[in-house]
Amino acid sequence: MQFQLDINGETHALDLDTRTTLLDALREHLGLTGSKKGCDHGQCGACTVMVNGRRINSCLTLACMHEGDEITTIEGLGTPDALSPLQRAFVEHDGYQCGYCTSGQICSATAMLAEIEAGWPSNVTGDLEARVEASIEEISERMSGNLCRCSCYPGIVDAIRQVTKEEAGA
Amino acid sequence: MTLETTRHLKHDTPDRDRRLDGMAQGVIGTDMDRPEGALKVSGQATYAAEAHPESMAHGYLVRAATIGRITGSNADAVRAMPGVLHVLEDERMIRNAAQGMAGESPVQKQGRSWYVGQPVACVVAESFEQARHAAQAMMVTIEPDGTHVFDAEAEGAEIETPEKKQVSQGDLDGAMASAAFSVDHDYRTPSMSSAAMEPHASIAQWEDGAVTLRGSYQLLRFNKNELADVLGVSPDKVRILSPYVGGGFGSKLGLAPEAVAAALAAKVLERPVQVVMHRRQVFETVTRRSETKQRIRLACDADGKLTGIGHENLVSQLPEETFSEPVAQGTHFQYAAPNRVVGHHIARIRRPAAGSVRAPGEAVGVTAFEIAVDELAKKAGIDPLEFRLRNVPTEDPETGKPFSSSTMEATLREGARRFGWTHTAPRQRREGEWWIGTGMAGAVRVNMMIEARARVVLTGAGVRVETDMTDIGTGSYAILTQVAAEMLGHAPAQVQTILGDTDLPPASGSGGSFGAASTSTAVYLACMELRERLAAKIGVKEGELTLKDGYAIHANRQTPLSEIMGEEEWRALGHLKPGRAGQDVRQATWGAIFAEVAVNDTTGETRVRRMDGTYACGRVLNLKTARSQCHGGMIWGIGLALTEALEHDPRDGHMVNRDLAEYHVPVNLDVPQLGVHFLEERDDWANPLQAKGIGELAICGSGAAVVNAIENACGVRVRTLPATLDQVMEGLIARG
Repeated sequence: MQFQLDINGETHALDLDTRTTLLDALREHLGLTGSKKGCDHGQCGACTVMVNGRRINSCLTLACMHEGDEITTIEGLGTPDALSPLQRAFVEHDGYQCGYCTSGQICSATAMLAEIEAGWPSNVTGDLEARVEASIEEISERMSGNLCRCSCYPGIVDAIRQVTKEEAGA
Repeated sequence: MTLETTRHLKHDTPDRDRRLDGMAQGVIGTDMDRPEGALKVSGQATYAAEAHPESMAHGYLVRAATIGRITGSNADAVRAMPGVLHVLEDERMIRNAAQGMAGESPVQKQGRSWYVGQPVACVVAESFEQARHAAQAMMVTIEPDGTHVFDAEAEGAEIETPEKKQVSQGDLDGAMASAAFSVDHDYRTPSMSSAAMEPHASIAQWEDGAVTLRGSYQLLRFNKNELADVLGVSPDKVRILSPYVGGGFGSKLGLAPEAVAAALAAKVLERPVQVVMHRRQVFETVTRRSETKQRIRLACDADGKLTGIGHENLVSQLPEETFSEPVAQGTHFQYAAPNRVVGHHIARIRRPAAGSVRAPGEAVGVTAFEIAVDELAKKAGIDPLEFRLRNVPTEDPETGKPFSSSTMEATLREGARRFGWTHTAPRQRREGEWWIGTGMAGAVRVNMMIEARARVVLTGAGVRVETDMTDIGTGSYAILTQVAAEMLGHAPAQVQTILGDTDLPPASGSGGSFGAASTSTAVYLACMELRERLAAKIGVKEGELTLKDGYAIHANRQTPLSEIMGEEEWRALGHLKPGRAGQDVRQATWGAIFAEVAVNDTTGETRVRRMDGTYACGRVLNLKTARSQCHGGMIWGIGLALTEALEHDPRDGHMVNRDLAEYHVPVNLDVPQLGVHFLEERDDWANPLQAKGIGELAICGSGAAVVNAIENACGVRVRTLPATLDQVMEGLIARG
């Protein structure tokens, strides 16, 4: 099936099997291997990308369903020479070890902060009327869909909190 | 001019020179960021299934649904499906992953399915979707080959009791009979999975009779020989590349079925083939941690001094595998007591193969043992911290060998101070519907060194480190860079470290917490060789030469290394061979873990609120990566204590919960912020860097601290891990 995908601001023309997931389109056909396949079942979060600003598991959606959507992958957030604030904070706080879940963690965290900013409550939000704060508990709850078997959760939370503090100070 | 010289070290005696302490660059032991960090956080580090060669085909493994003799398949029909290029049913396919350091082929197919889930074929097609679809349509006929046992504790399980693994000293029965206090309980730990985030994946490509495999492996020099042996080619015809490994934890120690399938299929098709295991295939075909049943007997006198220790263990394993979970590895020397029994029994059953998972032995052995110690301390009416302090051994209690360093008491005291440990009776603190309690445990892990080689290249422009060592998240890129930078006086940015290629000098590989110390020592030796050559060229003694920021400093003169080196390129090979230093003394790492938990009186749910680990593991080479390794170990302890267990179907042994939704690794919200502290230590017996293993120590015992805290919180003692809600509830109801 022929279709186009808009990824990180670039349009790509594709001719793919309708069974091809968005994740496999990125990894196997577009050379964008930053998005990782950890389970292919939406269980681990390593494949998290943003579609129209919202985080999704790219292994659970078919590529051909996303014509016209604005897709952002880890490659679109920053490069080794120009890291995003979250990417830099992950390095500084060692919010990764093997690095395999890291792209998903960072894409997820980027969208998660926007969700907090937009006032979306979570399972641990006490007061649904009050402004949601990026507390340790809120961050941990909202990042629990991204597994890290190296178990860098303390570093991941520290990195995200550093960015929220920087933004609050800015 | 290029000249390569070698410096060998057979490590027989302690190295008291501590040369690293006298260097000037000041980068060793710091919390330097990982040099590969920017690549990893931007998705640019390339893992196994990410460098796609031209015309690559896709393979998908086919799983045996039952156990028995393979008598046929519908391969002809599968071959006719769209896009299918080949159906591989080769007898050289391997049954399961090789054990760590096998260096030879693991058990091959032999026309049989030995366990449910064994890969028995591989379908190769033009695209991944076609290969997956065709593999799912493939039916392999398997005739039953007799009745089998699927549970180590079931009647009829064939039990092996290797003579060499039994210890009996003194009279434990007598000690138990005359003890002031004693415990005698069975503890159980579950079958478990490494569950590294990157599924095993390989891309194989042949050229002129030689194969290049991009894979995800921990011990490349062994993996190379394993693949060569399977394929029946000479090892010099095999090259393995693993520059980045998405987690290992033991699961990538040995060559796994996808690598063999990729190599065999690529040979037949004369084009590159990629085989990525599905997550469920990873669970089944890669070695798991065996479930254990541990009978622990402890006896002490009225003062809480241990008089008897018994640790008799039953583990499981598939037929023909050499490894068995060394449950009592820490028990041999953790506590002193004159009367001792260690028993080791292996049940040969048809669950998927068992193997090394992070800290094989101590991870589950120390954990159960430290729960038993807590039980005895409680019976004796002694604070569990104080009880342990009264039983610190002064030498290896089984062999009488001295310890290379004895830091158990120091870690216990410092850990308790940092945590603010006070002992209270159970069920004293309540917050709403939550019981609050604290618990602690000791940690111990054997320390090992493994033969390693590394090359260091010095030019006027900088330093390059080359070895087939792997970085599985442990921090190899960081620490090898730091060792070379420190020894040769360069900023870390001037040092380039190249890893994960079997064309480079063979290192220890990553496993058993031996990687950092062993391969760093090889880098150190190569650097010493280069220092000698620099000193000779300048005309000073090596010991009088200071190297810093790219300058040689001697006799109040600073000379840029670029000037000394000119256009020359010097190469040195460092070669470490473990020697008597590992045998004449008992080498180990020590720690103490303290935890605070909340247990819900209504649901039985346990939440860890606080956890603190204090560790002594020789010189810390990089504070940041060492701390992260300890975080990982402590969190694995939370998983062992509360959430992780592979369930096997009692009818055929298959793994029921073989994915990440049903096998519960701890998630972000399960983990509180953790405290990690290192005691400043130099262990001269370990190696010339005085560094020891870190990655595994933190899992040893941390689960016990959580389980002991549950008892302190709500009075429920759990002896079968994990401490799931139903078990805790049952205890709460029984208490009334």
